[in-house]
Amino acid sequence: MLSLIGKRLLQLIPTVFFVSVIIFSLQQLLPGDPALIMAGEEKDPEVIEQIRKQYRLDQPVPVQYLYWMKGVLSGDLGESMRIKVPVADLVMEKLPVTLQLATMAMIIALVIGVGLGVVSAVKQGRAIDYAVNVFGLIGISTPNFWLGIMMIFFFAVHLGWLPASGYVSPFDDFWASMKTTIMPAFVLGNSIAGVLMRHTRSAMLQAMSSDYVRTARAKGLSEKVVIIKHAMRNALTPIITLGALEFGTLLSGAVLTEQIFTIPGFGKLIVDAVFNRDYAVVQGVVLVTATTYIVLNLLADIGYILVNPRLRG
Amino acid sequence: MRPLLKALIAATCLAASGGAALSQSTIRIGLAEDPDVLDPSLARTYVGRIVFASLCDKLFDIDEKLNVVPQLALSHATSDDGKQVTIKLRPGVKFHDGEPMDAAAVKYSLERHMTMQGSFRRPELSSVDKVEVVDPLTVRLDLKAPFSPLIAQLTDRAGMMVSPKAAAEAGDKFGQKPICAGPFKFVERVQQDRIVLEKHADYWNKANIHFDRVVFQPIVDSTVRLANLRSGQLDLIERALATDIKEIRANPKLKLASVVELGYQGVTMNIDNKDAGKTSLGQDPRVRQAFAAAIDRKAINEVVFNGEFVPGNQWISPENPYFQQSFPVPGRDVEKAKKLLKESGVKLPVTVDFMVPNGPETRQVAEVIQAMTAEAGFDVKIRVTEFATSLIQAEQGNYQAYMLAWSGRTDPDGNSFIFHACNQPQNYGKYCNKDVDALLTEARAKNGIEARKPIYEKATKILQEEGSVLYLYHRKVLIAHSDKVDGYRQMPDGLVRLTGTKFK
Repeated sequence: MLSLIGKRLLQLIPTVFFVSVIIFSLQQLLPGDPALIMAGEEKDPEVIEQIRKQYRLDQPVPVQYLYWMKGVLSGDLGESMRIKVPVADLVMEKLPVTLQLATMAMIIALVIGVGLGVVSAVKQGRAIDYAVNVFGLIGISTPNFWLGIMMIFFFAVHLGWLPASGYVSPFDDFWASMKTTIMPAFVLGNSIAGVLMRHTRSAMLQAMSSDYVRTARAKGLSEKVVIIKHAMRNALTPIITLGALEFGTLLSGAVLTEQIFTIPGFGKLIVDAVFNRDYAVVQGVVLVTATTYIVLNLLADIGYILVNPRLRG
Repeated sequence: MRPLLKALIAATCLAASGGAALSQSTIRIGLAEDPDVLDPSLARTYVGRIVFASLCDKLFDIDEKLNVVPQLALSHATSDDGKQVTIKLRPGVKFHDGEPMDAAAVKYSLERHMTMQGSFRRPELSSVDKVEVVDPLTVRLDLKAPFSPLIAQLTDRAGMMVSPKAAAEAGDKFGQKPICAGPFKFVERVQQDRIVLEKHADYWNKANIHFDRVVFQPIVDSTVRLANLRSGQLDLIERALATDIKEIRANPKLKLASVVELGYQGVTMNIDNKDAGKTSLGQDPRVRQAFAAAIDRKAINEVVFNGEFVPGNQWISPENPYFQQSFPVPGRDVEKAKKLLKESGVKLPVTVDFMVPNGPETRQVAEVIQAMTAEAGFDVKIRVTEFATSLIQAEQGNYQAYMLAWSGRTDPDGNSFIFHACNQPQNYGKYCNKDVDALLTEARAKNGIEARKPIYEKATKILQEEGSVLYLYHRKVLIAHSDKVDGYRQMPDGLVRLTGTKFK
């Protein structure tokens, strides 16, 4: 088990290296000249020249990459051209926000998705099964930005229960934080819940018709024990992978949802950075989120082994 | 007894702090974008200037009629040869850190603007040769050549004064905690979330400042920004959409302040920028005139902006004192357009590669232009392009027509020179005419509207006939606020000034 984890950790290094090369070279394909955008409306040629020098935009791309890599290895992700703040500070500022939002969204998605998935599998073919399926379909197909704006109009403007947008840290004011994040978390969780629900349902149906469930029932176990202890435990394996991947996606920032609810997370940071060609910020954020994604993938594999002893060989 | 006593003390403390929080008045302002760095020398965005209006006072300011009025300076005088400008300062002004705002501080700030690495103010102050301290409350600017737009430059970021002590200590990190002499001082900033300012106790005009705190929140989506205003999370929002005006006016709890922008929306034609300029549109002024004659500016305003904006045909709006009445905004004349095209002998239809920066409004305007010019014999191919990409393509001459907005400057020079003089940075069409060059340069050396307006009139005549920019309309800066906000006055630059504004 430990050697497996160690091996997987070693594999991380080349993966992250390739990711860094890809981020750097893809970015060069972006049309537009960062110096020209940074130069403001007046675009004084002298200012443009000076920006090119200061940020080494006049050097060949491989040289720029080496300078960047040198910084990254010593823990320096560079500086934002637009706001002159170290990228590492920006990442540390946004990470807790995105982490909180992603965790809340994931909890909502798991509770709704897995819960409804199990119910609809157990009650297969009955009215409730159809109702849950319709709900799942709506969840998957509703665009986030539309649901978000509708929720703002209903809960913030019409009822006045929740703030329309903004963000408060839970360490400053826990309830205010919940109030500002519950709508975006629901919007994000809702779309994932639909996917999770459908996967849980099919995995549960498969498990329910398997021999060991029939055996368990034949043993005279109660239906509750059969479902929770025997069927669900086996059905969970694909849900863990899916959940971990969805969580990774959430951590890379939910661009539209963050934009609508004005949540200052990774999504907003990276969109602003791309539009302003703030290369250092794009590189830094993508590197951090890509690494997180890879690590989550690894954790999912470990989780697999924990729920499914057969893989421990 | 003890726990009870503790609880009592705690309750009293809570009540006291709650009471204090209530008496604190905080105005919350919704911005359309996240500002860039808050250093007057390094800043470059329009939205940043809205924050600066509360944070950093300038030597001069403008009033509703675009007149220059005193702020940190009391007066200015230009020598007869136009090469020396003497500025008298307001006595007793203090920066946020308590340092005195005197002649030495002005010299330091101006020199910082002029010499700092990466300063965007350098071109704005390029006419200044050196800054001399005459006495503690007088500075003299020695100019390389007479330059009348200079005072107008000092009503904006180039005129913002920073505390020399704080600026010297912070270096290029000054923008993370700016220390100026404005009505509010910097408290904190969370990127993309909020900028918090609080009242400057020693402000020179503190009698007219009625808020304890200002919180700026960038909310990019205009629908959500308005929703926040309606639900009371915000007290004021900038840049509401023209299409939302109806809803704002219909809501008794909201008020709208609006002003015609200093800038314009127009189409820049490629005259001589690489191969794309070597077409009939670029080479024959008659083809460009035909294109212009085919457009109905009023209809664009009605169709896309519910008639809320102002049609225009010059680099300043019809409401600006520099507007040339001898060139009124023309109506549509398709027959004239057809005739001009016939005279020029071009093969119809004339295809035009029209690059349009992405945005719901600009795209609609482009479609209306496409339909209108088609009737005269043009075949406009709209190419919607992301803004940053469009800039580099414009620079490289990869377009025939380019829809471009200019946010505008208080002095007409800022709307004309860098667009029409030869080889200027904003002259994307590479238009070059020695006579226009000479006229625009001459207007820079003259003082006062009586002397300058006739010179601009001559330049306007040439540019209307053969220039590279087709002016379309002037947007309105729309500021919406709740009816709680009282005494808000909108200045022509569209920025939000809080002096004199209070809660009812």
